[in-house]
Amino acid sequence: MKLLEYQAKEVLASLGVAIPPGEVARTADEAAAACARLGPVAVKAQVPVGGRGKAGGIKLARTPDDARAAADQIIGMDIKGFKVPLVYCEAALEIEREIYLGFTVDRDARANILMLSAKGGMDIEQVAEESPDSIARLYPNPWRGPLDFELTRLVFDAGLGELVRPLTALIKKLYRAIPDYDALTAEINPVVVTKKGDVIAGDAKLEIDDNAAWRHKDLEQRYGALIEGDPYEVEAKKRSLTYVSLDGDIGIIGNGAGLCMSTLDLVQRAGGKPANFCDIGGGAKAEVVENALAVILMNPKVRGVVINVFGGITRGDEVAKGIITARDNLSMKLPLVVRLSGTNEEEGREILKRDGIEPGVNAWAAAQKIVELTRVGIR
Amino acid sequence: MSILIDGSTRVIVQGITGREGSFHTEQMKELGTKVVGGTSPGKGGTTHAGIPVFNTMADAVKATGANASGIFVPAPFAADAIMEAAAAGITLIVCITEGIPIQEMIRVKDFLRGYPQARLLGANCPGLITPGEAKIGIIPQRITRPGSIGLVSRSGTLTYEVASALSAAGMGQSTIVGIGGDPVLGLTFRDVIEMFEKDPATTQVVLIGEIGGSDEEHAAELLARGTRLKAVAFISGRTAPEGKRMGHAGAIISGNRGTAKSKEEAFRKAGVPVAETTDDIVGLLR
Repeated sequence: MKLLEYQAKEVLASLGVAIPPGEVARTADEAAAACARLGPVAVKAQVPVGGRGKAGGIKLARTPDDARAAADQIIGMDIKGFKVPLVYCEAALEIEREIYLGFTVDRDARANILMLSAKGGMDIEQVAEESPDSIARLYPNPWRGPLDFELTRLVFDAGLGELVRPLTALIKKLYRAIPDYDALTAEINPVVVTKKGDVIAGDAKLEIDDNAAWRHKDLEQRYGALIEGDPYEVEAKKRSLTYVSLDGDIGIIGNGAGLCMSTLDLVQRAGGKPANFCDIGGGAKAEVVENALAVILMNPKVRGVVINVFGGITRGDEVAKGIITARDNLSMKLPLVVRLSGTNEEEGREILKRDGIEPGVNAWAAAQKIVELTRVGIR
Repeated sequence: MSILIDGSTRVIVQGITGREGSFHTEQMKELGTKVVGGTSPGKGGTTHAGIPVFNTMADAVKATGANASGIFVPAPFAADAIMEAAAAGITLIVCITEGIPIQEMIRVKDFLRGYPQARLLGANCPGLITPGEAKIGIIPQRITRPGSIGLVSRSGTLTYEVASALSAAGMGQSTIVGIGGDPVLGLTFRDVIEMFEKDPATTQVVLIGEIGGSDEEHAAELLARGTRLKAVAFISGRTAPEGKRMGHAGAIISGNRGTAKSKEEAFRKAGVPVAETTDDIVGLLR
């Protein structure tokens, strides 16, 4: 779960990180009112992707009228496929300098990596490429977290020795997001040192591990509904499906993530465009197939669906019956191609054929078939 | 011969009384795997499907001399189960459980440094099978046949698909190893290929990778240094967009890292042919 900036800031503030005063606004009038209370503000689009500044999603407002105009422009804007639902109006800071601070999972090292750099405010991946030495790094022991002397060294390595006390204190607070919230990535970029010498989080990113969602139901309740932008993904989540929206017109269902991904690849190779990724997992139960089909058919762009099921232990005839029930319950009229494999696969294919569903012999044939069937009528 | 597991491997099933553990224990036994015990705290002293059940791994290992374990316990308890197995002296730990929090796996990896003899496969993996001999996990034996191809994969059903195509073409497998789709896991492609390299019964190797991380690239680097194995690779997720997680927690492209293109190029540079579709794998091995 990727939190929005204001949500990430709320969580970090609960760990003791200093944040500027700010208010969420869902309308232009709310933004104007926030500015009246806070003084000059930055009006910031709240979307779970980076690069919003460049996309025009952040504007400075000196007066309530400015804030109203800014919010009017930003709310509803599309930033990298996310429609901006609300803005965060945050008191403008008097910036003396900007620092980068963050941690993430280093997959190659199978460990968390803490990073600190005097080059704040920039894209850290760009900094890493252009001047890797300007980023100080630390792999804290995952059981006890970073020790004081390790953090002191990190701060001096980053060339920020004069800020050693406030920065070590800040890093310790940020690191709590790992044991307390199962955070996978947290970033404060920039950490702002103000003209008065305060150390404040200018921006915040926080990603919580979905695998640990059961431990953090409070976060899910507070923020879950607001985050996802895509209506089909929201619906799929309600039905406990592993679903990702894409921008094509062929619905895809597969059992197993790898198999499902390879089905997307095959459809694309055959000249089609996948509308989604949907992994229904091992058993391919009728109820799950029906849920998956229901979500896919909500999307008016979808012109046909391909189902790719490799049953290791699951029986092909049962899967076939389940698919037919699902199709009938949903009164599905669009072309449907099913590739079935596993125990009793022949019986399964017979059942499908009898009920007017095209069985694909293998995944590639099924992909070509659905592309062909959905092309009918498109010139 | 084979790698990691054969007919003499003595296996404990952790979480043997659960639905999954119970079902797959039967399947493992049917193939001939020596399942010598199971654990289920509170049910020690009883038997389950004719197999003795113990409260703890320490008890189970002491009583049975087991050297391997398969973990089927629910996600909130699985990280602890891995560490319990290592502490009890198990040398091959296979964790099938899906959905273990990544921070817990990072702690497990650190813990395992203290047990260098313990090798972890997974988590979130289908396990491994030496066809005709033994298996730990959920790979259906029906689609496998004994032979000389080593198969190593990050995906479950895609592995079955490939194994099934190989078997149908009369190409048997030495051992099939599913390393799992999580970002922080035990054995890597590289580790498994090193084992295949040393196994005289394995002459060819198939790698089934997917987007995310750089384990495929590391394996390609190893193969580029020279190998006696004839290798073929396949990568799924070519068409996956950046920043969207494709089912597996590890299958996500971030920035220019982890793309199918970078992985395919790494294999080609190492002289390893890359299959366009899983159906092409059989042809490339011939």
